[in-house]
Amino acid sequence: MSLTEVQFTGATVDQAPSRAIQGRSPWQLAWRRLRSDRVAVASAIIIVLLCLVALAAPLIASLIGHPPAIQYPYGTTDQGLPKPPGGQFLLGTDNLGRDLLVRIVYGARVSLLVGLSSTFIATVLGVAVGLVAGYYGGVIDGVLARGMDVVLAFPYLVLALALVTVLGPSLWMVIAVIAFFSWAALARIVRGQTLSLKEKEYIEAARAIGASPLRIMVIDILPNVIAPVLVVATLLVPTAIVFESTLSYLGLGIQEPTASWGNILAGSQQFLPGAWWFLIFPAVALLITTLAFNLLGDGVRDAIDPGTERIFAARRRRRGIAVEQTQASAEAQQAGTAGGV
Amino acid sequence: MDFVRFIIRRILFGIVVLWLVTLGTFFLFFVIPSDPAVTLAGKGGTPQRVAQIKQRLGLDQPVIVQYWHYLDRLLHGDLGTSFFTGASVNSTIKADLPPTLSLIIGGAVLWLIGGIGVGVLSATRARSLLDRSATLFVLIGISMPTFVVGLVLLFVVYFQLAKHGIQNFAPMYVPFTQSPAQWFEHMILPWITLALVSAATYSRLTRGSLLDALGEDYIRTARAKGLTERRVIYRHGLRAALTPVVTQLGVDVGTLIGGAVVTESVFDLGGVGQALLRAFDFGDVYVILGIVIVTAMAVVVANIVVDIAYSVLDPRVRLT
Repeated sequence: MSLTEVQFTGATVDQAPSRAIQGRSPWQLAWRRLRSDRVAVASAIIIVLLCLVALAAPLIASLIGHPPAIQYPYGTTDQGLPKPPGGQFLLGTDNLGRDLLVRIVYGARVSLLVGLSSTFIATVLGVAVGLVAGYYGGVIDGVLARGMDVVLAFPYLVLALALVTVLGPSLWMVIAVIAFFSWAALARIVRGQTLSLKEKEYIEAARAIGASPLRIMVIDILPNVIAPVLVVATLLVPTAIVFESTLSYLGLGIQEPTASWGNILAGSQQFLPGAWWFLIFPAVALLITTLAFNLLGDGVRDAIDPGTERIFAARRRRRGIAVEQTQASAEAQQAGTAGGV
Repeated sequence: MDFVRFIIRRILFGIVVLWLVTLGTFFLFFVIPSDPAVTLAGKGGTPQRVAQIKQRLGLDQPVIVQYWHYLDRLLHGDLGTSFFTGASVNSTIKADLPPTLSLIIGGAVLWLIGGIGVGVLSATRARSLLDRSATLFVLIGISMPTFVVGLVLLFVVYFQLAKHGIQNFAPMYVPFTQSPAQWFEHMILPWITLALVSAATYSRLTRGSLLDALGEDYIRTARAKGLTERRVIYRHGLRAALTPVVTQLGVDVGTLIGGAVVTESVFDLGGVGQALLRAFDFGDVYVILGIVIVTAMAVVVANIVVDIAYSVLDPRVRLT
């Protein structure tokens, strides 16, 4: 932007501003765009806070004085029903007389751990498979690409349930199952990009000076495919969190007494008419978390690839980018109203 | 000719996927720690009794032989017999299909109307307040697990009405043949649940691809030759924009045959998904296999139908 300013004010070289014109890498530009995106920044702050809460769960529990798995005899009403918020229990209790607030805080640990680690595994696996398939081509690509197609064609919820049933539900099992059904989408993207990148001259040059395939894949190709990978990975986190809570709701994910938002919500169903807090609080926690990751993911996508449709587009329009599209849609809007859509 | 070759290739790939699914699931469940024969013999089951049951069920044969028999029966359209109820898996699935199909078809109609409607509105009025709020709604829909939407709906509608003595919308299934009115009444909340969760994806897809399509040259041509805007948007724009929507619909409907388990559980509809959960509990291998195969088949068929629908919807698409 400073470059255009200099050109348009017609300044000569010796009149040039004392501050040197800074070159910015695409990553720096993306970072600046992300920082100026208020929604993305707010989401990032919420995510950091959630991580802090999750990390500090034992501390929070000891401050409140209610460990997550202790069933307090005075935690239920005389009829053995959950107690409403207030008094000793800030957000009320569950059907076993446990402190709901503490359990929700502990549930955040499970959700974030599952969301982040299964995404990490899926990303590493997907990038590796995609790079190898795209770079080597031929039979290797044929086999790996078919593998991706097969995984993507699986009815994944049904098979995930089957896998968890057989191998036993546990935290690591849930993470592994989610990772297994997530890597293929990433691998497909990386493969496509690698296929076109490997034909570029600089790759040929690298090969000519004797770089090993591994070096070419990691040093020369990987940095150029990392942007879409980052976007997809950010959006995989909320999907994984939803997946985990669904498995736990069906009783095939995280098992009691370990708290997860999914199994808290499953427990709430029987006590629904009365115990609204039992449903609403964990549901809100879940919604805030997945919404924050989704909004951050959208922000990252817009920052890395400003050409894509922006969710909250006000800022970009003000800057006059994508004028053409705005015009087009304004026309459509005008005509649309005229046509009485 | 290309078309025929394409279809044949897709069918062959589908068969490979199905075979891999049977192979995977079969061997997965034969390393299962809980032996169905032991469960069937009960707590006081003597080893002789267990061996007897094993022999009756064919569990004493090597796994590979059992698999061979299974494949043989499968190719004749026989999904086997439940270990526990002794009923044929074909009839079990057939009995469980009505609630699931009711759920999927009604849900799909709702989410298509809602999703495409919102998508078209927000594409033709891009960046308006309506578009923004639609976008936010979409994000919330994507961020909410199905079961949470279902539980919240139950809480907000059914339980609040029940408080005032109105006993409608109870979570249960009434067959259409028994009472269409009651069938509709009890299906409406499950439909809305499924539609709320899915409509989000559809409106996002419609909005994105309709915006793309409206920027194309042929739309300008259509406007230039003086067509009404309505005709431009619906006949020319939306037709091409619907291809990704059709893909998604195919995939969703296929997956939901077994994957509607969450909505079925929340509203206690019975159905294929809940039958699957029950079978998991008992380790009823042939029921599990049967449902997994039927689901996989639905996904495979849906994918092929989608590819064919492409060429019908968008004349530019060539099947290769």
